[in-house]
Amino acid sequence: MSNGIHPVASFLAALARGITGVQVQWAGCEPNERQRIYFANHTSHLDFVVLWSALPSEIRARTRPIAAKDYWDQTSLRRYLAANVFRAVLLERGVASKTQHPEEAHFVGRHLMDQMVEALGTENSLILFPEGTRGTGEKLAPFRSGIYHLAQHRPDVELVPAYLENMNRILPKGEFLPVPMLSLLTFGKPLQVGPDEPKDVFLERAREAVASLRRIGNA
Amino acid sequence: MFEALHDTKLVWLCSGVLFLLVVSTLIGQALKRRRTDSSRSTIDNLNARIRAWWKMCAIFAVAVMVGKIGALVLFGLISFLAMREYMTLVPTRRGDHLTLFWSFFVIMPLQYYLIGIQWYGFFAIMIPVLAFVFVPTSIAIAGDTEHFLERAAKIQFGIMVCAYCLSHAPALLLLKIPGFEGHDARLLLYLVIVDQMSDVLQYVWGKLIGKHKIAWRVSPNKTWEGFVGGVASATALGTALWWATPFTPLQSAGMSFMICLLGFAGGLVMSAIKRDIGIKDFGVVIEGHGGILDRIDSLCFAAPIFFHLIRYYFVP
Repeated sequence: MSNGIHPVASFLAALARGITGVQVQWAGCEPNERQRIYFANHTSHLDFVVLWSALPSEIRARTRPIAAKDYWDQTSLRRYLAANVFRAVLLERGVASKTQHPEEAHFVGRHLMDQMVEALGTENSLILFPEGTRGTGEKLAPFRSGIYHLAQHRPDVELVPAYLENMNRILPKGEFLPVPMLSLLTFGKPLQVGPDEPKDVFLERAREAVASLRRIGNA
Repeated sequence: MFEALHDTKLVWLCSGVLFLLVVSTLIGQALKRRRTDSSRSTIDNLNARIRAWWKMCAIFAVAVMVGKIGALVLFGLISFLAMREYMTLVPTRRGDHLTLFWSFFVIMPLQYYLIGIQWYGFFAIMIPVLAFVFVPTSIAIAGDTEHFLERAAKIQFGIMVCAYCLSHAPALLLLKIPGFEGHDARLLLYLVIVDQMSDVLQYVWGKLIGKHKIAWRVSPNKTWEGFVGGVASATALGTALWWATPFTPLQSAGMSFMICLLGFAGGLVMSAIKRDIGIKDFGVVIEGHGGILDRIDSLCFAAPIFFHLIRYYFVP
C-alpha cells in the first residue's frame, strides 16, 4: 500500500486485465499526471476496473471513480469495494431530477458538485460514466449533466473521452460472473467546455466524442 | 523437476531448435541489411516472426524442464488464450453467458486436470460427450432460441478445437510406451517441431516459388508450391528426428507426413472460419494479441490424431 493503492484493487485490476486482455490505445492524448476527468461509455461493472488498470500506476493511485450511491452502498461487499478498495466517490443519483422543487433540485445538484470538486482536490483525477447507468452496448444513452457543471467549475481539469469495447459481452448488466473475451480501450482527444456553451450542446458534443472512438462496427 | 536435463536426446532436440533459431536470426539479419523497398515488409515480417519464435521457444523450454505440470499449465494457458480469442470472434448472445463461463472455468480446466490425474477414459469423452450434452442444454435453459443451433454448434466447436483437440498435445505425456518410459517430453517436442516447421516451411516455400493458389477464396496465401515444398521438407525433417522417438525412420516419416497434412488442414479450416465470421470487424481486437489461434490452428488438428495413432500402435 506504499503508493496508496489497495492490494485488493491491484489484484482485481490484474484479474480484469487477464479476463479482458484489454488493448489500450491513447489516440488523442498521452497518459500524464495532469488532473483529468476520464469519461467513458458504461456497459459493465468491469468498465471502471479496466479503465483504471490501463493508467500508469502513479496516475492510478490518484484516480478515483464516481459511482452510484444507491447501488454501491447496498451490501457490505459493495460498500467495502467502493469505499475501501477503490476509494470511490459515491453520489446519490437521480435525486435532483426526482424532486419537484427547482430550488431543492438546485440545492441537491450543488451538493453533488461539491462532493466531486472535493474529490478532485488539487491533484486527483476522476473516472466518470456520464450515461449514469449501464447500457446494453448498442447505443450510448444521453449524458447526465454532472460532467457539464463539473467542467464549468474546474476548467483547468482536462476532460478525456474514452471508449470501452466488448465489455457488455464480458460482464453484462445482471450477470455476476465474467466471461473472458478480448476488449479494446481507446482514449480520445481532451475536450473543454466553451465559456458560454449551452449545457445540451456540450453534453451532446461530449457524447459524440465518446461514440466516435468506437472501433468495432456492431459488437 | 529438471529431470529433462538428464535426457540426452531431449537436450539434443532442444539444441537443434536453438541452432535453427540462431541460423534463422542470422539469415533474418543478413536479409535486413540488403533489403530493398519492395521486400521490406516481407523481411520485417519475417524478423518479427523470428523474434516471436525466440520467445515461444523459451517459454516452451521452461515448461518442458518443469515437467508434466509445466506442460499442462502451458497448454492450459494456450487453450485459454485461444478460446478467449475464438469466443471474441464468434457472435455469441447474452443467453450464452453462463454456458461460456462454464466452458472457460469448468470444462477447460477439468480437461487438463483429467490429464494430470491420468484418467484417460474420462479425458477422452468429457468434451465430445458430456460437454456436447451440456452446452445446448444450458443455452436452452437460458431461454433465448434465436440462432439456437448456430450458437450451440459454434460454442461446442470452440471447446472442441481450443480445449479438447489441443489438450492432446500435453496428453502425450500420459502415454506409456514400452521402452520409452520417461521420455514422453520428446514426443511432445517432436509433434510441435514438425507441426510448426511445416507451417514455417510452407510459408517460406510459398514466398520463394509459390504461384498456383490452393483454395484462394479461403486462404489467398496458400499455394501448391508452398504446400508441397513445406510438407516434403518438414516430413524430411521429421524423418531425420526418428532417433528421438519410439518410431523407426519409416514410421517417423509416416507420422511427420500425417502431422504436416493435418496441420495444413487445421490452418485451412481456421481461415475458412475467419472468412465466415468476417474477421474484419474483430481483426483489430486480435491484432495486438499476435493471433494465438493462427499459431496453434495446425496443432489442433494434428495433436489428437498423432496421439491416437501412437496409442493405437505403440501402447499395448
